[in-house]
This record gives sequence, C-alpha cells and structure tokens, in this order.
Amino acid sequence: MENLNLILPEIFISLSIMFLLILGVFKNESSKIIFNLSLFAILITTIITINETFSVTRETLFNESVVIDSMSSLMKIITLIGGFLVLVISSTYLKTFKIYNIEYPVLILSSILGMMVMISSNDLIVFYMGLELQSLALYVLATYNRDQLKSSEAGLKYFVLSALSSGLLLYGCSLVYGFSGSTNFDIISNQLNSEEYVLTFGIVFILVGLAFKISAVPFHMWAPDVYEGSPTTVTLFFTIVPKIAALSVFIRFLYVPFLNLIDQWQMIIVFLSIASMVFGAVAAIGQTNIKRLIAYSSIGHIGYTLAGLATASNEGIQSSIIYISIYVVMNLALFSCLLMLRRKDQYFEDIDDLSGLSKNHPLLSLCLLLILFSLAGIPPLAGFFAKFYVFKAVLEQSMYFLAIVGLLSTVVAAFYYLRIIKIMYFDKEKDKFDSDHSLWLKFSLTVSTILILLYFIFPSQIVEVVSRINII
Amino acid sequence: MNFPILSSLILLPTIGALFLFFIREKEGNNTTIKYVALFTTVVNFLISIYLWIAFDQSTSSFQFIEDRTWIKGFINYKVGVDGISILFIILTTFITPLCIISVNNSVKNRLRDFLIAILIMESFMIGVFSALDLVVFYLFFEAGLIPMFLIIGIWGGERRVYSAFKFFLYTLLGSVLMLVAIISIYWITGTTDVVQLYEIGIDVKYQNLLWLAFFSSFAVKTPMWPVHTWLPDAHVEAPTAGSVLLAAILLKMAGYGFIRFSLGLFPFASEVFTPLIYTLSVIAIIFTSLIALMQEDMKKLIAYSSVAHMGFVTLGIFTLQQQGIEGSIIQMISHGLVSAALFLTVGVVYDRMHSRLISTYGGLVSVIPKYSILFMLFALASLGLPGTSGFIGEFLILMGAFKDNFLVAVIASIGVILGAAYMLWLYKRVVFGKLLNEDLKKILDLNRSEYFILSCLAVPILFFGFYPDPLINTIEVSVTDLINTHNTNIASK
Repeated sequence: MENLNLILPEIFISLSIMFLLILGVFKNESSKIIFNLSLFAILITTIITINETFSVTRETLFNESVVIDSMSSLMKIITLIGGFLVLVISSTYLKTFKIYNIEYPVLILSSILGMMVMISSNDLIVFYMGLELQSLALYVLATYNRDQLKSSEAGLKYFVLSALSSGLLLYGCSLVYGFSGSTNFDIISNQLNSEEYVLTFGIVFILVGLAFKISAVPFHMWAPDVYEGSPTTVTLFFTIVPKIAALSVFIRFLYVPFLNLIDQWQMIIVFLSIASMVFGAVAAIGQTNIKRLIAYSSIGHIGYTLAGLATASNEGIQSSIIYISIYVVMNLALFSCLLMLRRKDQYFEDIDDLSGLSKNHPLLSLCLLLILFSLAGIPPLAGFFAKFYVFKAVLEQSMYFLAIVGLLSTVVAAFYYLRIIKIMYFDKEKDKFDSDHSLWLKFSLTVSTILILLYFIFPSQIVEVVSRINII
Repeated sequence: MNFPILSSLILLPTIGALFLFFIREKEGNNTTIKYVALFTTVVNFLISIYLWIAFDQSTSSFQFIEDRTWIKGFINYKVGVDGISILFIILTTFITPLCIISVNNSVKNRLRDFLIAILIMESFMIGVFSALDLVVFYLFFEAGLIPMFLIIGIWGGERRVYSAFKFFLYTLLGSVLMLVAIISIYWITGTTDVVQLYEIGIDVKYQNLLWLAFFSSFAVKTPMWPVHTWLPDAHVEAPTAGSVLLAAILLKMAGYGFIRFSLGLFPFASEVFTPLIYTLSVIAIIFTSLIALMQEDMKKLIAYSSVAHMGFVTLGIFTLQQQGIEGSIIQMISHGLVSAALFLTVGVVYDRMHSRLISTYGGLVSVIPKYSILFMLFALASLGLPGTSGFIGEFLILMGAFKDNFLVAVIASIGVILGAAYMLWLYKRVVFGKLLNEDLKKILDLNRSEYFILSCLAVPILFFGFYPDPLINTIEVSVTDLINTHNTNIASK
C-alpha cells in the first residue's frame, strides 16, 4: 500500500477546490467566504506539507511516478506561501474592478495544485498533466478582467503561445520516450547516453518548452504583453508562483533524466542564461509602463537563476533556489508598492506617475527605494546575496565568461532601477495617492521590506535550509 | 579587551540615523535633528580617538579584532585595524561632524533625510577601513553607493541627475570585476579572510588577472586617468557636505584598497604592473593639473586637483619604498583635510553668491579678510608648502620615487610646480584683484560655525605639517612589515 500521507497536501487542496466550487454554486454572494476559505485551505495545505513531507529525504509513489524529496517539499512550501500572499493582497484590487468573484481563488488554487503535481512529478505524463492543469488556470486568470480589451488580449496571446510551447514540449517528450522506452525519469536516466544524436533534439524541444514557461530569452516574447495586460494581482502571481514550479521542473529534468547528457544541455542553458540576463537588462531601459518593466526585469532575473543551473553542481542548484526565493520576496514587495499607487479607484502603472513620490509618501518611497536597490543587487540588501550565491557557484566551476557577463549586465540593469529611483526622489511631486490600504497589503509590504533590508544579519538560515537539497 | 569597539564605531552612526528616522521633521525648526546627528558623530569621533590612544604602535599585527561567524562555513564577519587603517578611520570620524555642522547653510530642504544619509555613509566608510574579510569589505565598499547616489541626486545642483547616474554606474562597473576576483580567490585559496590570505599567499599564476580585477575597481574609485571623468561631475553637482565626504574619504577607499589588497595580496602582480601605475599616475599628475589650470568653475578646479593629488598617492604606493608608501598614506590624510577644507571654503562663498565661477569673484580680500586668510592657508597646503601637511606627503612620495625611478620622479616633480600654478592662480583671481562685482560688497565674512569648521581643519593641517611624528609613528611598523613581507615574497620566487 502506498503511503498516501505523502501526497496529502495535493489531496487536500483538490478536495478544497471541489468543495469551494460547490459552495460557490449553491450560496449567493459567497465571494468573501470563498476567499477566506481558500486562504485557509492554502494555510492548511502548507502546514500539512511541512508536517508530512519536510523531513522526507526521498520517497517515490505510484510506480515511481511521483517523487517526494527535500527539493519538492521546499518548492511546494514556497509556492504555497507565494500563492497565499498573492491571494491575500488581491482583494482590494479585484473589488475596484468589480471582479471580486469566486472563480479567482478557485483558479489560483487549481493552478497551485497543478504546480504541486509538476514539482513532485517523476514521470513525463504526470509532469505534463500538472503543467496543463496550471496553464489552463493561468489562461483564464490572465483574461480575468474580461471587460478590458488588454486583459483579453493578454489571455489569448498567452494561450496561443503557451499551447505552442506545450506542443514542442510534448514532441520532445515523445522523442525521449521513443529512445528510452519509458516515461519514468529514473529509467530514462539509465537508458540515455550521449551516443544517440537524435536524442539531443528531444532534449532541445523539452528545454524550449520549459524555457517558454519561465520566459527565458529567446522564448520570452509573450511575457511583456501578458504581464502588462493581465490584472496587476494576476501579474504578480505570474511573476512568482509559476516560475518556482517551472524552475523546479527544470532542475528535475536536467539533473534526473538528462544528467548523463550534461555536455548536450549545458551549452543551451548557458546560452539561455546569458541571453536572458543581457536582454532583460537592455530591453527594460526603454519601458514606461512599470508592469512591462517588471516583465523585462523578471526575464533578467530568470537569467541569473539559470546561471546557477548551468553549473551542473549541487551548489548551483541550491543557489538558484535561494535566488528564486529572494526574488519572490522582492517581487512581492514591489507589487505591494504598485498596488498602493491608487487614487480613487484608479490604479497607476506608468513610471512617470511615481514622480516625486518621496515628498508625499516618504515611507512608501523608502520601501520602494530599498526594493529597487535590492533588485539591482546592491549590497547589503538581500538581492545582492542572491546574486552572490549564484556567482559563487558559477565561479566554482570556473565559468568566468558567464559570471562576468552576468555581473556586467547587473550594471546595465542598475540603470533602469536607478531611473525609477530618480523619478521618485529627484523629480517634482504630483498629486497624492490614497493612503487607506488594506491591512494585509501593508503587512506584506512591511514584512518583505524588512526581510530584504535585514537579510544580511542572518544570511546562514536560508543556506542551511536549502543545503539539504542534493539532487546529484 | 572584549568590548567590540570597532563594531560600535560602525554601528553607532546607523543607530543615530535610526533615531533621526523617528524624529518628525518640523518646518524651520531642525535643531533637535541636527544635534542628534552631531552628538552621534562627535561621540564616534571620541571613541575613535580612544581607539588611537589604546592602539599599540609597536606591532604590525591587526588589533581590536572581532571575528564572528556570519555565513556558516564561508564568511566570517571580521574587523580589525592596523597602523594603516586606523588613520583613515579617524579621518572619517573627524570629517563627518564637520560636514554635519556645515549643512546649516547649504542644505535647505529635507535636512533630516540628508543627515540620515550622511550618518549611514559614515557607517559604511568606517566599515570599509576596518573590514578584514574581502566579502565584508566589498559589502561596505559597494553599499556606500546608495547614500552617495541620493546625496548627489536629491540635494545636488542643476545637472545632479546626470552626475549621480554617472557616479553610480562608473563605480558599480568598476566593482563588479572585483566581486568576480573575490569569489575566485575564495575558490583558489578556500578563504576570504585577509589575515589568512596574507599568510598562505595566492598562487602566482592567478595573481595578474586578480590584480587587474581589483585594479578596475580601485582605479575608478581613486580615480585614475582615464576613468576619472565621473569625479569632476560628481563633485561639482554634489552639495558641499557631499563633495567633502567624496573628496576627503571616499577617494581614500581606493588608495587604502591598493595598499591593503593589491600590494598585500598580489606582490608579484604589483611588481609586474608597476610601470602601468607609474604611467597612469604621471599622466594624471601632469594632464589633470593642466586641465585644472583651465577651469572656470572653482569646484571643478579642486576636483581636478584631487585627481592630480591622487596620482601622487598611487605613484607613492607602487614605488614599494618605505618613504613612498608612508608618503602616500600621509598624502591621503592630508588631502582628506585639505580638499575638505577647500570644498568648504568654496561652499562658503557659494552659499552667499550662488555662483561657483571664478569670474564672479575677485578682490575678496578687502571685504572678507578672515576668509581670505584661511583660504590662503588651504591653498598653500594644497600646493604642498613646507610647514603644511601637504608638503610632508608629497616630499616623501617624491623621495620614494627618486629611489625607484628617476625619470618618473622628475616628471612628477613638474606636477608639483603645476599644482602651485593652478592653486595660486585660483587664489589670485578669487581673492586679489579689483572688486568689480557690486554684489560682492555686501558679502559677509565667516559666521561662527564656518569659522569653527575651517579652524578645525586648519589646526591639524599646520600641526602635522610641523610635527608629522604622530602619523608616521602610527603607520611606520605596519608599512615596514608590509614592505618586508613583500620583499621576502618576491625574493622567495
């Protein structure tokens, strides 16, 4: 008998989704209850995940098609916390646009479920199932503000391009299956060897599909449009939660089935990483819309995460996970600020709207200042340490070129972060924004800013947690 | 002694800044804010004086060491001072209170934020000079960019945005390669602890590249020709207190870095690249002195003179002679005092006339005599007149240079003459001559706080000019030890 306790989080969250859907159908005016219940469900799921799986080193279920190990449990916890915080700060925004409906939390829950399946997958079919579950939920979320043209456009774009990438991914999977005779990662890992040249095509297709999902250059084209068009809270969700899941799948693919083919994929990852870092930095310079700018900056950050993966070492994987965790915190803080730029039911998304913010809202702009410097990777803020760990891992493998290009592109990236700071601090002030924000929004901004600012006092903790992850 | 005196030096200004953060700023009444800031920095200065008294001058090893685990198994938070770094710490704690007094006249709006930035800056600067771990050093070195960027950008002059960006991006660009080098050192040797690195040394085959990476950072920060162009912009646009911090302390970080890291960690590479440093230094001395001659803006002139003076410093460091290095350190301290004083004197007339152009002035001696006398003292100290601290530094550097390379020393000596030329000419055009500008007739002489600040700077300039022993005694053992280690390292190969 399988030990079902290990997938209790997934079971619980799927039951919650069904229950909430039924509740939504039978009860009128239930959005508030469903919001609260789904927050509660995520909370419980997190607790279950910590209780049941956090101490597990490695267990497999269902003919080894699901794996529970230290990486999967950690990534699930980060995903759940990210999802929780996104949901909790969304409500004011959604109410403003009159889209405070029951579907929103349910969709977020189901995409989280999909991601949890992805993270735990040890089999091509399970992986693909999880991927599609989360993608379908995300398509709908992108169009969630359906009265707005931009939102519908974003959803459609996302759907078409994502479907294309899923197709590529499937094609890659079938090639791999053809060569190895199995869909199980461990078996594939034993069957594959670098003599089969056609196999490289399979790997490339899978990597392309995954690169699409995390919007690495040159498969990033959808990101700026989708980020700009989607409702801001959904954009926040896009920038953090699916990235965590996609990253852990990336890690799983590279280091379990394809481990023996390191020579084949290492170059590809290095290329994706360099291209994302450089392009993300350069393309963000000309942006005027903050959400577009964040899209490009997130492309850049994905580049740094991939740099850690390219090292093919445990150090590198750990550094990537640290990077993405710190990135989640920074993005959460950034979007909390963005959601505070509100004046009578109108949200502001242009960088110029920030003009002179520091005079009217000194605290908010101080937070934003710290967040931006942290994103730029200036010590002693958390963002610096994220980059530091990555480059430490990269240099351990003597990949000097990657490190130098990466660090030089941080200088370029620093320019556009500085530009926002310049507008906030050096320019003339405009009208005040509203200051009656929900408690949760203030809470998430304060906590994440404090984490960013004071991370340097206790830098070891996160390293210790992550150091349990040993894939190779 | 177990009391963490260096950490408290680093932390105290930040705590003061935190206090300021919770004081509400009132229109027109900012005395509380100023007194809190002043109190913090004066206490910090007194602690650093105590540090100097308690400091044991007879040993070259690091003292007041604090060593704590920071990132487990990787980096320790390690600070300590030796004869070289202690002087820079005192310079920092000495200049900062003067900056805070000087804001009376120059900073009109958002005084509280300005003082917070200055205090945090002080923390970072002391951190740079006391860090004994490469990563900790880098952390402080880079972190200083944030407050300085804001100081230039918020309270600067007309072209402040351009200057702030240029300052930030130039220095960041220089520093990222240093980060690569620091991490590489960790992987080559297994530690980033400077004291351990001194003992085990770094393999010769890596030294040249690592040296260049550190050089790229320090050269920008020094600044050396041809990457000095950010400095005049930053100086001109920064508010007076910002220029003072920049000239007096920030530039010294690089000189200190050259001595501590480039010489200390990479002895072979330092020998290899000495000609490069010589060439760049000599170009800096001659070329920027000539540029300084042509300036019409007083702050710009002083900024270029800083580049020239820092040229002497780098020249002195890489003579690898006792006199040269000692001269460089004294020159840095002296330049810290003198350039601070010069920027403050320019600040005084700028606050009254709102013009930095030399042509605005002329004949000041007949309206503001006190000012003119102090200005003369600082101008003479800047050109290195015997009896001022500027002389000791330049003289020792040139002595070291003559020992090592005759030609370079001769060319550098020409720089001294050029230095006298631009400084005296500046003084002549501003202070002497006919009083043509009608507005100047109403100009007021130094008020009490300005008089106090400038005298505070004049005293050590004259004192160390006549009696440099306290400085030389402090650094002597450390420098001798540095050179001996260097020579044994070179000889062993």
